[in-house]
Amino acid sequence: MSIEVLGLVTGVIFGVLLQRARVCRYDTQIGVLLFRDFTIVKFMLSAVIVGSVGIYLLKDQGLVTLSVKPMIMGGVVIGGLVFGAGWALLGYCPATSMAAVGEGRWDAVGGIAGMVVGASIFAHMYPLIRKTLLTWGDFGKITLPQVFKTGHWPVLLVWAAVALVCLVLIEYSERGVK
Amino acid sequence: MNPYWAGALAGALAVFSVLMTGKFFGASTTFVRAAGMIEKVFVPERVAGMAYYVKEAPKVEWQWMFLIGIALGSFVAALVTRSFAVSFVPGLWRERFGPGWGKRLCVAFIGGVIVICGARLADGCPSGHGLSGVMQLAVSGFVALVCFFIGGIIVARSVYAKRRAR
Repeated sequence: MSIEVLGLVTGVIFGVLLQRARVCRYDTQIGVLLFRDFTIVKFMLSAVIVGSVGIYLLKDQGLVTLSVKPMIMGGVVIGGLVFGAGWALLGYCPATSMAAVGEGRWDAVGGIAGMVVGASIFAHMYPLIRKTLLTWGDFGKITLPQVFKTGHWPVLLVWAAVALVCLVLIEYSERGVK
Repeated sequence: MNPYWAGALAGALAVFSVLMTGKFFGASTTFVRAAGMIEKVFVPERVAGMAYYVKEAPKVEWQWMFLIGIALGSFVAALVTRSFAVSFVPGLWRERFGPGWGKRLCVAFIGGVIVICGARLADGCPSGHGLSGVMQLAVSGFVALVCFFIGGIIVARSVYAKRRAR
């Protein structure tokens, strides 16, 4: 199978999961930002914990290589905050907007058109951004195990424990509300 | 489907993808490629000389097909479970801003422009940073995810502020 076909198949399965878990709905996405609906937190934390264990098991066997994005303060912090602001207006993120269109939430088409236009604007501004924002506070491609100068399994264990406590608290508060 | 199970399966799927193709989940780069493909139709020589379109070449590749697949998978799942329904105005929006779809589409468009500028500046979206980055215990992934939520919480709370104050 070509890599593009594998991409399509992976996307189809991911799309089914997003749709079935009700993740690609405006109300679910805005719901988490208003602390009313924690579906997305549950979905994401489960995904990253399972994914982390899998990726690091395979990495230990030498079967996969990591692809870590650089920690640049000017890019990640400012870009992250800007993204969040836009996310609250659109109500979908880039991947979930595709899933939203699939299940008939066609307001996401407006968002997709906006994202294509926005990408063009960014591409035209890139030479300036590369010389300014993307040079501020560049820490390189660092991971938590490197920061804490320890192995990945201790970090993963602590992070998984933190995530688990968060999820228990969410479940507890939801039951309290009902 | 229970979000825990769906999330766990999505995590396993992400690992499988990396094993099979070396590709981590991501989405926002595709919008750059799509923009480049459209611009190329009108000003091909200009696109060829732009640094960002050289970096993210305007062509269909793994992630492009991944996004097409997401729409397709969601469509099939919605059809099979009879949950497919065309709508332009989400429930929460309707309660706050009424049933007009023009306003909703405009705000979605503006939100889309801002979302992608932020995602490209941060070099990732909730898929690339939130799932793939955090999965690899990347510092950038955790910082980005926290910033996504801080920005989102501030704006969502302002957008829905009046209703809450009543």
